[in-house]
Amino acid sequence: MSRTDTAVSDADLREVSLTRSEYERICAQLGRAPNRVELGMFGAMWSEHCGYKNSRPLLKLLPTDGKHVLIGAGEENAGAVDIGHGLAVVFKVESHNHPSAVEPFQGAATGVGGIVRDIFTMGARPIALLNSLRFGPLSDARNRYLFNGVVGGISHYGNCVGIPDVGGEVNFASCYAGNPLVNAMCVGIIPQEKLIRARARGAGNTLMLVGAATGRDGIHGASFASLDDPELSHRGVVQVGDPFMEKLLIEACLELGETDYLVGLQDLGAAGLTSSSVEAAHKGESGVDIDVSRVPCREEGMIPYEIMLSESQERMLAIVRRGAEEHVEAIFSRWGLHSTVIGRVTSDGIVRVRNGGEVVAEIPAHLLADAPTYVREGTLPTYLQETHAFQQESLPEPQDYNDVFLKLLASPNIASKECVFRQYDYSVQVNTVQGPGGDAAVLRVKGTPAGLAVTIDGNGQYCYLDPFGGGAIAVAEAARNLACVGAEPLALTNCLNFGNPEKTDVYYQLEGVIRGMVAACAALDVPVVSGNVSLYNETRGQPIYPTPMVGMIGKLESLQQSTTLAFQREGDVIALLGPQTDHCGGSEYVAHILGRVTGQVPSIDLDMEVRVQAVCRQSIRDGRISSAHDCSQGGLAVALAESAIAGGIGFQVDIPGAGRADGLLFGEGQSRIVVSLPEENLAAVRALAADHGVPLTVIGSVQGDAVVLGDTVSVPLASAQRAWQNGVAEALAAAG
Amino acid sequence: MRIGIVQFPGSNCDYDCLHVIRAVLQVQADLIWHEETQVTGYDALVLPGGFSYGDYLRSGSIARFSPVMRAVTEFADDGGLVLGICNGFQILTEAGLLPGALLRNSALEFRCGWVHLRVESVKSPFMATYETGQVVRMPIAHGDGSYVADPAVLNRMRDNGQIILRYCDAEGDVSAAANPNGSIENIAGICNENGNVFALMPHPERCAEPELGSVDGLGVWQAMVLALTSVPLRV
Repeated sequence: MSRTDTAVSDADLREVSLTRSEYERICAQLGRAPNRVELGMFGAMWSEHCGYKNSRPLLKLLPTDGKHVLIGAGEENAGAVDIGHGLAVVFKVESHNHPSAVEPFQGAATGVGGIVRDIFTMGARPIALLNSLRFGPLSDARNRYLFNGVVGGISHYGNCVGIPDVGGEVNFASCYAGNPLVNAMCVGIIPQEKLIRARARGAGNTLMLVGAATGRDGIHGASFASLDDPELSHRGVVQVGDPFMEKLLIEACLELGETDYLVGLQDLGAAGLTSSSVEAAHKGESGVDIDVSRVPCREEGMIPYEIMLSESQERMLAIVRRGAEEHVEAIFSRWGLHSTVIGRVTSDGIVRVRNGGEVVAEIPAHLLADAPTYVREGTLPTYLQETHAFQQESLPEPQDYNDVFLKLLASPNIASKECVFRQYDYSVQVNTVQGPGGDAAVLRVKGTPAGLAVTIDGNGQYCYLDPFGGGAIAVAEAARNLACVGAEPLALTNCLNFGNPEKTDVYYQLEGVIRGMVAACAALDVPVVSGNVSLYNETRGQPIYPTPMVGMIGKLESLQQSTTLAFQREGDVIALLGPQTDHCGGSEYVAHILGRVTGQVPSIDLDMEVRVQAVCRQSIRDGRISSAHDCSQGGLAVALAESAIAGGIGFQVDIPGAGRADGLLFGEGQSRIVVSLPEENLAAVRALAADHGVPLTVIGSVQGDAVVLGDTVSVPLASAQRAWQNGVAEALAAAG
Repeated sequence: MRIGIVQFPGSNCDYDCLHVIRAVLQVQADLIWHEETQVTGYDALVLPGGFSYGDYLRSGSIARFSPVMRAVTEFADDGGLVLGICNGFQILTEAGLLPGALLRNSALEFRCGWVHLRVESVKSPFMATYETGQVVRMPIAHGDGSYVADPAVLNRMRDNGQIILRYCDAEGDVSAAANPNGSIENIAGICNENGNVFALMPHPERCAEPELGSVDGLGVWQAMVLALTSVPLRV
C-alpha cells in the first residue's frame, strides 16, 4: 500500500479537525504515520459527533439500566424498550443544528431522514416523529428565514415518508440567533424477536451498499458539526435529502428484515461509509474489507478519500449472509433501489479499504472506534453570580394584570404552535389519539388495548441559570407531561446541545446539566437508552444556552385510561396538585414581560415530583379527573388558560398561596399539575393525594366564557384565545 | 368480496386503508403493486394517499403512467367502484378518470388538521350512507389540494350532481374562511358522471374508529361494502 510518511501540516490537521497530539497518538497506535485516507477516517471517527471525546466521561454517569430496557444506550443505533405484548419500542433523538444554520430547509430535512434511518435500521417501523426547535427572536429577518426553512424542511421530508409528526416544541431566545437548534426524534415499533443488530458478523459474509449513489456532498460533515462557527466555513458540507428514496428504503429494509438473509444493518450517517463500516466491524468483533471502486458514484473521478467520507443521504450498509446476495438484490430492485456488493466481513478486526487492487487504508477497527476522551475541569461561569443575586422583590409589580396576562399568552414561547404543526402530517398511520398541542402525544398500539405516550422537552433558560436544576427539571418535566395523559414513563432519549466544551464555563454547564439529569432519572426511575451530543453551538464566540432536550416514552395500559389538557364540562372543580409558590426567578414572565433572563430557577423537590406524578396518573387511571395540564412556561395562569382554550370553557379561580400576585400567577414553580374533575370525585382524589403526601388545593371551577383569576385578572375567554392563537403569526407579521 | 388497494412507490396511506378494510370492516383486501397489469378478482379499488414517486413533479403525474393504471381505467370504464383519497384523487385527475386538477394549496404550505365537510350530493354509491346537507368532520393532510376546473366543466358537474363534498364550517356554511386550500367553490370531493369513481382530499380512513376522534369517514367504507353486496359481485 502507498504510505505517506511526510509530516502533516497544521492545515492538513485542521481539515480533518484533529489536534497535533491526537495525530501523534494515531502514529503511536498505528506504529506508522497514517496516509491521507486514514487520516480523514480518524478525523471523522474522532470528532465529537462520532467519538464523544469531550462528553463520554460525563455521559457514563447517566443511568442506562432499567426493567423495561431491551437495548441500552450506545449498544445500537437507537435504544429499545419493552412495552409488553411482545413488542419493542425503538427511539432516539438527534441534532442537525449545524447544517440547519447554513441551509435550514435541507438541514432540517436531512435531520429527519437521519433519525428515521436510525430507527428502521433496527428493523422497526417508524411510527412517530417529534422535534424540538430553537431560534433567535422572530423580530430578526434571518431568524424568520431559519424558522420558516426548518419547519418547511421537516414538513417536506416527514410528510413524504409517511411518518406522523405528533409533537414537539419551539422556543425563541437571542442566544440561538446564529445557531438554531434542530433536534429530531423518531419512534419505531417492532416485535421483539425481530430486532436487527448493526453488526458485521461471520467472516465471508457480504457487505452491500444500498440506496442512493455516493456523491461529493457532505464530506467532513461529522467534523464540521464539531466546529463552532458553521457559517464562516464549510458551506459545501450540507447534503440534500430525497424523502422519496428514503420511503423506498424504509419499505425495502423492513421487507428484508422479514427474511433470514440479513446478518446486520447499519445506516450511513455522519462520516458515511467510514463510521458505518467501522461501527459494524467493531460491534461485531470482526473486520471488514471494502473495495471503494465498487461503490456507485454520482460523479466521475471520486477518490477513495471522498467515497469513504461522503455523507450522501439515503444509504444503508447491509451485512448479508453469504450466498443470499441475489435474493437481497431482488428485494431492493422491486423497490427500484440499487444494491451493490462492496466487500466482505473478515475475522482480523481490521478495516481494510481497497481501490481495486490497491489497499488505501488499513486500520484496526477498535483504534477508530475508541476516540480519545478528555476529562476537563469546569469553572463556575461568572454570569451566575449576578443572576443568583437577583431579588424578585426588586421587580416592578404590573399595573395592568390583564394586559400582562394577554401579552404572556401571546409570547411566541407560550402561544399556540399550530402554525407550525399544521404543516406536519400528524394523523397518517391511523394511530394518533392525541396529536400535537397537548402535554404529550398519545398513539394507539394496533392490535393491543395499550397506548404509547411521547413527549420532548427542554428549557435552555433554566439550564443557563442553573445547570444542575435545569437538567433535573428537563427530565422531570418530560415525565410530568406523560403523567398528564396518564402514562407511566419507561425510558428517555436525550440530545445535549451545548457550546464549546473546551471553555471551562461551558464544561461546567455540561457537567451540571448531566448531573442534574442523573439525579432526576434516578428519582423517577427512568433510564437513558439513546442520545446524541451536539457541542460547539456558538456564533462569534457566544455559546447558546446549555440546552438538553429530553424525549420520553410512556405507556398507557389502556387507551381508555387517558385524558387531555382540555376542560371538559361546566361545573367541574379545578384543583392544583403540588406545592404552590410565588417564586418567579428564571421565568418566561421575567424574560418576556420584563426583558430579563435572570434569577434562581425554581427549586425542584424530586421526591415530591415523583409523588405528584403518581397521584395524577392514578387519578386518570381511576377515571376520576376530566383534564390534567402541567404548569410550565407562564406558570399557573397560563396552564389554566390553555386548558380553558382547549376546552372552549372559561373558569373562575381564587389565586392560591401567599405572596405577590405576579409570582403566584406567572411563576414557574415545579411539580404542579392543574386538574379538573367532577365534584363527586373530589373526596377520592383528595384522599389519594393525602396518602401520597401531595398538597391538593381546590382553586375554583370550570365555568362561563371568561378567564377570571381572583380580583387580579378578568378577560373574555375569546380574548385569551385570540392572543394565544395568533401569538406566533403576529410575531412573524409584526416584524415582516 | 375483495378490495384492492393500489400501492405506488411513495404511497403512504396504503396500510391505513388496508387496516380499515380488514380490521374495521372485516372484509378481505390486498395491496396491488403498481407494476401489475391486471386487477381481476377485485370488487372495488382504492387509490390511497401518499407521495407517489415523491410527487417531485406535479402530484400524481408520474403515477398515472404506472402499468396498473391501464387496468384501473378499464375497471372504472366497466363500472367498477374506484375510491381515490388525497394522492389517489390527484392521480385520478391526472389519469383523466375525474375532471379538473389539484394545484398547490393557496397558502403554499402543507395543511394538516380537521375540517368540516357538507355533503352536496349522494350521487356516488360511496355516499349511500350519507344524506345531502349533512355536515361531517374529517382530517386533511395535503400540500396540493386546491381543486380547479374550468367553468363549463364545473357547470356540468354541478348539474349532474358530481360535486360531492364542500369544505364548510361547523354550522355547514360554505365560506372562504372554511376553505383550507383555496379549492374553487370549496370543493373537497367529486365523482365521475356515473358516480362509480369517487375521490376526495380528506381522509375517511383516518376517521373510521372512535379512538381516533371521529367515525364520520366510516360511512364511505360501509357504503362501498353495501354497494358490493347489493349488486352481483364481479368475476
